[in-house]
Amino acid sequence: MSDLKDRSAFIGSYIPQADDDMIICRCEEITKGEIRKAIYDGMYTIAEIRRYLRAGMGLCQGQTCGKLVKTIVARELKISPNEIESAVSRAPMRPLEMKVLANEKKAGE
Amino acid sequence: MSNCADVVVIGSGVIGNAAAYYMAKKGLSVIVLEKSDSIGNGGSSRNGGGVRQSGRDKRELPLAIYGREHLWPNLSQELGMDVEYYQKGNLRLGKTDAHINVLENLTKNANNCGLDVSMISGEEARDICPYLSKEVIGASWCPTDGHANPMLTTLAYYKKARELGVRFITGEEVIEIRKIRGKARQVITPDNIYEGETILLAAGYDSRNIAGSLGIDIPMNKVLLEVLVTEAQPPMFYQMLGTAAADFYGHQSTHGSFVFGGSSGLEAVNKDNGTPTTSSLTASCICRGIMKYFPILSEAKIVRTWAGWIDDCIDHVPVISFVEEVPGLLLASAFTGHGFGISPTVGMLLAEMAAGEKTSLDVSAFRYDRFKAKI
Repeated sequence: MSDLKDRSAFIGSYIPQADDDMIICRCEEITKGEIRKAIYDGMYTIAEIRRYLRAGMGLCQGQTCGKLVKTIVARELKISPNEIESAVSRAPMRPLEMKVLANEKKAGE
Repeated sequence: MSNCADVVVIGSGVIGNAAAYYMAKKGLSVIVLEKSDSIGNGGSSRNGGGVRQSGRDKRELPLAIYGREHLWPNLSQELGMDVEYYQKGNLRLGKTDAHINVLENLTKNANNCGLDVSMISGEEARDICPYLSKEVIGASWCPTDGHANPMLTTLAYYKKARELGVRFITGEEVIEIRKIRGKARQVITPDNIYEGETILLAAGYDSRNIAGSLGIDIPMNKVLLEVLVTEAQPPMFYQMLGTAAADFYGHQSTHGSFVFGGSSGLEAVNKDNGTPTTSSLTASCICRGIMKYFPILSEAKIVRTWAGWIDDCIDHVPVISFVEEVPGLLLASAFTGHGFGISPTVGMLLAEMAAGEKTSLDVSAFRYDRFKAKI
């Protein structure tokens, strides 16, 4: 990612593609085109794209689309997906009702 | 590309980015250096998004009022991106007589500073927000307060500043600021040296070590705060919320999710794991707090929890100041967890300072040398 540290280096411009309407993040309904545009708006990391678009921020927390988003970013930035840091996983592992998360009593207490 | 600019900003949080934007708007050349790989990866992406005047120290209040009057209302338009600013008021809730005492004192202080805050009954609070539990017996109400999306605001300043030619470099950790002929001039990273007429240090708690390379110290601590977010709910209410007992604060976002921040009470002794990791106690504690005030949310699913460090100043007010011993060094740190709401104003003031102009507001209360021993 070292060449891309400088966010002013020219990476080309957004060019529309035929499948830009394809939904990538199903939870938040974010399309491939939106993700591709965000990259040219300066969002180079998965964390930035999550914060900018909410891709991977929905109920599944990016478990479905995480790899796809990575591939799209890698292709636009012309680097290997292996060079892209995944988003940090956040607790809880599955969405949990507030009343369940709030309850610290063991069964029978 | 040149590593020299009128201003080198250290830190791409909302303060550094806002300053960079207003500086670029004045025609200054700016380089922003960010330690993390991602823009705004510190407190700016780990807070409750309050744009409050109520509950502020009276030194900060003029900045908050200025922002509410002149900057926040047009910010989305100015930056070309929706920052999800809502001005629907702030409710600070109380359930006990002790809470009401706290709220009455806060209200009196706010009124003394000329701010429109009033005490309202539990019924009046439920008229404003019908989802409140019957346990709420009173609240303080500031109708001109609000909230915005801190992640989008930080990225909006970044995006616009970048469009104006500000050079952002990520993954670039500053180790030292070096003086040349008695003036702060060089910013040293592991691989590079950057030079600026002015060096703006806005790196949150990390500012402490960097300022230390010039013999300057800001008395602050690193405190962990935690945030959680629910799945999207139908639109319910858009007031900013807090409580007298400070058990949680938060709001419903444009997306529909509720964002709540809070604490467990163990923050002073949280283990520092080197990364801002959530503790196993806090989110549950915040949920118990919320459900007492908003029982309707007890079925809402928590999707995500995360944490971040704030730079907690000894007097809980930031340092926004030039340093007499080190000409060229401009400090903007120690925001103590309430920097987001005043970030547009602070960015504007820092740009005025870097440009050598008279500031629109008096910043003398935020001097770096205000800290004195007790005797």
